[in-house]
Amino acid sequence: MRKFRRWLGRIAFFLLLAAIVVYSVFPFYWAVVSSLKTGSALFSTDFWPLAPAWSNYAAVFREQPFGHNILNSLFVALATVLLSLALSLAAAFALGQISFRGRTPLQFAVLGISMFPQIAVLSGMFELVRGFGLYDNLWSLVFSYLIFTLPFTVWVLTTFMRELPRELEEAAIVDGAGPLTILLEVFLPLMGPAMVTTGLLAFIAAWNEFLFALTFTLSSGQRTVPVAIALISGASSHELPWGNIMAASVIVTVPLIILVLIFQRRIVSGLTAGAVKG
Amino acid sequence: MNRRFMNFTGKRNQQRGFSALRTLILAGLLCGLPIAAVNAETLAISCGAVGQELQLCKEGTEAWAKHTGNQVKVISTPNSATERLALYQQILAAQSPEIDVFQIDIIWPGILANHFIDLAPHIDAATIGEHFPAIVANNTVKGKLVAMPWFTDAGVLYYRQDLLDKYHAKPPETWSELTATAQRIQDAERAAGNPRLQGFVFQAKGYEGLTCDALEWVDSFGGGTLVGAGGKASINNPQAVAALKMAAGWIGTIAPEGVLNYDEEESRGVFQSGNAVFMRNWPYAWALANATDSPVRGKVGVIALPRGGEGGKHSGVLGGWNLAVSRYSAHPELAADLVRYLTSRAEQKRRAIAGSYNPTIPALYKDADVLAAAPFFGQLYPTFADAVARPSRQTGAKYNRVSADFYNAVRDVLSGQRQAGEALAGLQRRLDRLSRGGRW
Amino acid sequence: MTASRDSAHTTPLSPLSLQRIRAAWHFVAPMLLVLALVAGWPLLRTMWFSLTDANLAELSGAQFIGLDNYRALFDDPDWWQAVRNTLIFAGISVSLETVLGLIVALALNARFPGRGLLRAAILVPWAIPTVVSAKMWGWMYNDVFGIFNHLLLASSLIDVPLAWTASPDLALAAIIAVDVWKTTPFMALLLLAGLQMLPRECYESAAVDGVHPVKVFFRITLPLLWPALAVALIFRLLDALRIFDLVYVMTGNSRDTMSMSVYARQQLVDFQDVGYGSAAATLLFLLIALFTVVYLTVAKVGRER
Repeated sequence: MRKFRRWLGRIAFFLLLAAIVVYSVFPFYWAVVSSLKTGSALFSTDFWPLAPAWSNYAAVFREQPFGHNILNSLFVALATVLLSLALSLAAAFALGQISFRGRTPLQFAVLGISMFPQIAVLSGMFELVRGFGLYDNLWSLVFSYLIFTLPFTVWVLTTFMRELPRELEEAAIVDGAGPLTILLEVFLPLMGPAMVTTGLLAFIAAWNEFLFALTFTLSSGQRTVPVAIALISGASSHELPWGNIMAASVIVTVPLIILVLIFQRRIVSGLTAGAVKG
Repeated sequence: MNRRFMNFTGKRNQQRGFSALRTLILAGLLCGLPIAAVNAETLAISCGAVGQELQLCKEGTEAWAKHTGNQVKVISTPNSATERLALYQQILAAQSPEIDVFQIDIIWPGILANHFIDLAPHIDAATIGEHFPAIVANNTVKGKLVAMPWFTDAGVLYYRQDLLDKYHAKPPETWSELTATAQRIQDAERAAGNPRLQGFVFQAKGYEGLTCDALEWVDSFGGGTLVGAGGKASINNPQAVAALKMAAGWIGTIAPEGVLNYDEEESRGVFQSGNAVFMRNWPYAWALANATDSPVRGKVGVIALPRGGEGGKHSGVLGGWNLAVSRYSAHPELAADLVRYLTSRAEQKRRAIAGSYNPTIPALYKDADVLAAAPFFGQLYPTFADAVARPSRQTGAKYNRVSADFYNAVRDVLSGQRQAGEALAGLQRRLDRLSRGGRW
Repeated sequence: MTASRDSAHTTPLSPLSLQRIRAAWHFVAPMLLVLALVAGWPLLRTMWFSLTDANLAELSGAQFIGLDNYRALFDDPDWWQAVRNTLIFAGISVSLETVLGLIVALALNARFPGRGLLRAAILVPWAIPTVVSAKMWGWMYNDVFGIFNHLLLASSLIDVPLAWTASPDLALAAIIAVDVWKTTPFMALLLLAGLQMLPRECYESAAVDGVHPVKVFFRITLPLLWPALAVALIFRLLDALRIFDLVYVMTGNSRDTMSMSVYARQQLVDFQDVGYGSAAATLLFLLIALFTVVYLTVAKVGRER
């Protein structure tokens, strides 16, 4: 009887997983199917492309420097994430482990920045970017993306930092370690999962950003992927080349999936045996 | 860089260089080119995005560049008109000189007029006179020719010839004929096992497209175009009420409720997959409906939109794109010359043949080469010539607000939340307040 | 280190904690400097413009008009409709995302073959650009050639096609479904990281004592997970209250579904009314700030308990 119930639980568990997978993957599957259709087949509801056509994929690379756009996105997202993580790891150490006056207002000020709708800061940011002479330059994007990645990474890392026991630091201080050493050698290894997770989420947010990228870059050599996708157009002004757009979307999603597959072990490395010793 | 080069090359070479320059200038003068062209400049133009539209634009600008010895950089901008306008506004509000020539929608001259130069001094009157007067008038804001017409567009009615033949129906001449025919065919086809067939699809999402569609209904009944001759709002009239009542009657009968969130492509999706008898759309759908893989290929006809009753008229809203020169451009003269070239008769003919872009020059609708490439141009000429302009010129910078108020009111009527008379009376009050009694 | 020891001040704080406080400010300073540089000007500018009649066509001619924009905003029924839409949207979608995200995180935390692939699969919705996924769902929602109506009709669950995005009753629900799909991975991943950082000993002792798993979840996992959950909730809530592109791409400027951000955008961009639009954006900011303060107070209480 108990065995039976355990089996039942197992089956329910896997059914639940299957439902979740279908919910999250089906639209992507539909995008893949659409990307293999051309012309009128796009308006049909066949679950399988009857005559898979790769022409959409070829067109994406033929009509624009799409490979170059992917590299641009990669650079912008990586630079943004590395900068945010470096800045916020230091800040999180201070905010999460040390109690000092003004800590709470500081955290609120940081959070407040991410409360403005993006469209409202667009004009001001545009002036700033032009003022720094960064217009049509990838650094303008790295710079402006910090406005939404930094508050997020600071807050998440601070939360996780606060959960780490104070004794770790006290022990290190007794050993005569300076604050920087403590941060890099005691806390950094423990923050692994949190760093990778926030980094990944911030990476995707930067990778997918559209409004700033559209406004602050001009030449096709500086454009990022979401803008390149939005620029795909058909033969005439109202036509939406759905097949090409889907193909481009599938192409840009694949690197992210690979990224997750590489990093997913790090996400769940957790407090492994070595870590708690400290 | 140049100077250093001169220093190294010595006097003899320098002289040779000068004489070469003189020859060039002379040649330039003889060819009737502007002298400025000798110093090769780089202009930037925003036109199209990616795809055939961009290709055609590139070919055109390259021809001009070769001709004048300058260079042109083509900057691709978003396909969606609203996103493109938002981008333009950012660039122009920052007085950025990065783009010299802007491709602008027919409704933007009033909104962006401040940022563009007057083209009239740069292009001779005879050339301007070749274009449709309605478009030139639309592009003239406070006596300033803000943009040159590049290609035009107008709302048309598509119908399924095969279905009409099957039920012995004629293409509709009035909206009530359309309603009756659509209802009859839809009922019969659904009874015969085609449950997805819709009578009529159009654009009724909350966006500019609904303003176009609704303006066509109202104007075809003789209800005017929102703003009257003196600049006063004129929407609260019995004809407009009748037009909206008729349209509200379509929802849930011959048009699906989903039409309230359709834009151009969604209507085309329904029509092109063989699921609609009639469709209101722009001419672009013609080529796509007749593409080799289209289920309705060869079964589609296109005519002017129906009249609003016996006393009404055919009325298709004016669409299309124009070229304007930025006030912040470093080379306004050259940029104006590029605009002159791109909007010229020869270039428009090339674009009409290669990409079915509707010319803004009436003479081209009688051109044999053009008609051979796009036969329906001749038949639809009256639609283009008499296309109805949206009140963007009168309302100027407030046009988008007027349009939003209008489509919101229409949507309320279509979705049954308000009666036509009540909605239009409310709209009239809003527009009166907004226009400060017609002064805008 | 030496500097603080030399300190001659008489303070109640020990030299060690003084030194730590100084170190804290050193660690926070770069982040604050960068944020001030990036965000200072755009935010102050928006707040200033909200008090003027600035227009995008001629920004330099802006006149100070006090609180007129805010007064007009309070009188605009469309604004209040947008506030209502946003609150409904944020409330429902964030609750659903939290529950689903928790389930996904717990599932992914378990050991079973192929979970690496599953983690990647779960993250896919978050990885597709919003503009594209909104269009994609719009396509699937289409009442005539969309896949949902096709499936529902084929299985005879409905006999009349539903107008998912057009009918005022369904449109907001349809948008919420897309948002839940899109952002559950965000929630799940953050919660998974939280789960991974929980000390394993508690579970081991619970397992030894034979405590029922459900009890373990509510007694041990949830309280320990609370900080991670709280921070994930805050950022989801902030994002949901600012929801823009999903609504804008799927239903345009329709008043039935217009969110506060869409309203602000329409004023700022479509109507070029920078002053009024900035006022809407600032009010949105104040509203979110209010929410956050309330939420954090409540959250803190919950945590101390």
